[in-house]
Amino acid sequence: MEKLLSIIFIYILVDNFVLQRFFGICPFLGVSRKMETAMGMSMAVVFVMALATLVTWLFYTHVLVPLRLEYLQIVAFILVIASLVQLVETVLRKISPTLYQGLGIFLPLITTNCAVLAVALLAVQNEFTLVEAVVFGIAASIGFSIALIIMAGIRERLELAKVPGALQGTAVTLITAGILSLAFMGFRGMLSL
Amino acid sequence: MNGKLVLSSSPHIRTIESVRSVMVDVLVALFPVALVAVLLFGHQALVNMAIGVVTAMAVEAIWLRKLDLFGDGSAAVTGLLLAMTLPASAPWWLVVVGAAAAIIIGKQVFGGTGNNIFNPALVGRAILLASWGARLAGPVWPVPKPFNFGVDISAVTTATPLAGQAEALKVTLGQMFVGNVAGALGETSALALLIGGFWLLYKGHIDWRIPGGYIATVFIMGAVFGGGAYLNPLTTGLFHVLAGGVMLGAFFMATDMVTSPVTPAGKLVFGVGCGLFTMLVRLFGAYPEGVTFGILIMNALTPIIDNLTIPRKFGEVKKSA
Repeated sequence: MEKLLSIIFIYILVDNFVLQRFFGICPFLGVSRKMETAMGMSMAVVFVMALATLVTWLFYTHVLVPLRLEYLQIVAFILVIASLVQLVETVLRKISPTLYQGLGIFLPLITTNCAVLAVALLAVQNEFTLVEAVVFGIAASIGFSIALIIMAGIRERLELAKVPGALQGTAVTLITAGILSLAFMGFRGMLSL
Repeated sequence: MNGKLVLSSSPHIRTIESVRSVMVDVLVALFPVALVAVLLFGHQALVNMAIGVVTAMAVEAIWLRKLDLFGDGSAAVTGLLLAMTLPASAPWWLVVVGAAAAIIIGKQVFGGTGNNIFNPALVGRAILLASWGARLAGPVWPVPKPFNFGVDISAVTTATPLAGQAEALKVTLGQMFVGNVAGALGETSALALLIGGFWLLYKGHIDWRIPGGYIATVFIMGAVFGGGAYLNPLTTGLFHVLAGGVMLGAFFMATDMVTSPVTPAGKLVFGVGCGLFTMLVRLFGAYPEGVTFGILIMNALTPIIDNLTIPRKFGEVKKSA
């Protein structure tokens, strides 16, 4: 239980996937323009990451390890995640076409998103149990969502700011992301597994 | 107007208050703090504060390509606040780099005064902390030599009282209240900061909710989770309020009107959040002090807090989602 709580705390704040580990920067920059799409993306990522860690963990422990095929983990994980995302995409198109439109290219991009692959690989590398792995997946994706939502809030305000012409758009977003990362530096060393 | 009827379009009610007049008030409020800093740390404090102010004003004037050095006065406040978060023994170039980074990366890239997301002075400090951490961590804080103008202050340095129980017990609460402890040059004297803070409260430039929420949260968390590290829970809480930069941050940085929420409820949430993150870093983090990080994180959350705490208009019915 204590370990689960540490995992939650660490991967939401201390080792935040976006702001400290620098995973998943492309959706972080791409979908953070509007709060609404950021929220939708966050939910999609939480869902995909939780499911991906669950499935890849089971796949690794019950298929790859018995067959001594651990060296195939990257290929296998990518395949599993890709089919999962395809599933989410199909469901989303049916349930919420507006969100599907809003996410656009970024939903298929989750397939090859380093954040999702990292969660699957790190869960195996850290030798988490099944429960720990799923909690890790959820915590990491909540950390991602928090970064994304904070960024969306800031960018909505920056729309109204008189940002110098040369820095508008991506440039000022990256600078903001850098300062955010500096602020999250304060959590360093709070807990470790 | 000679008793004649004056016709004009709105607005009809004007205030004589301007960004400049507010910033001058802030500078006045910072005067007791600066004065105590000079009395405690001597000429090096004075030199560092001057370097901070001049660099910040010069960088802003160059960026805006205006000859008016003082401008709206916000650059001077930023430069002074940045210098106040550094040790009096900091080399001149550290203050210059910090002030330039504060103005350019902290403020001007977002569009200048009124558009920045983060408190500029704290952005400058965070950049210094990440780049020259060794100069701002460990036993680098000069021990004050009251009323000894001209003595080299960097000769005797020590760790901040926040570095651990051993360091904490070396100082008394009275010492910390007056400011006679090692630390950044503007953060040590709670007395001077309170005088400045109450001046700003009296002038109506800051809202009690931010410093109130901040300091109360620090006190409560210090008392509850400080484990009585400083004699007993109550004094530990008080210790956390007086030690380090909480007072300076609560009255002069968290209250920055551009980077804090505008709604009353939002201000309270903001203050409490600052205290919460500050104490998280202090109690559990690798850094001894968390004011910089606490306020920067809450600055980032400000747009969201504002959106969530919009007061209901009179007669407005809550929309059913």
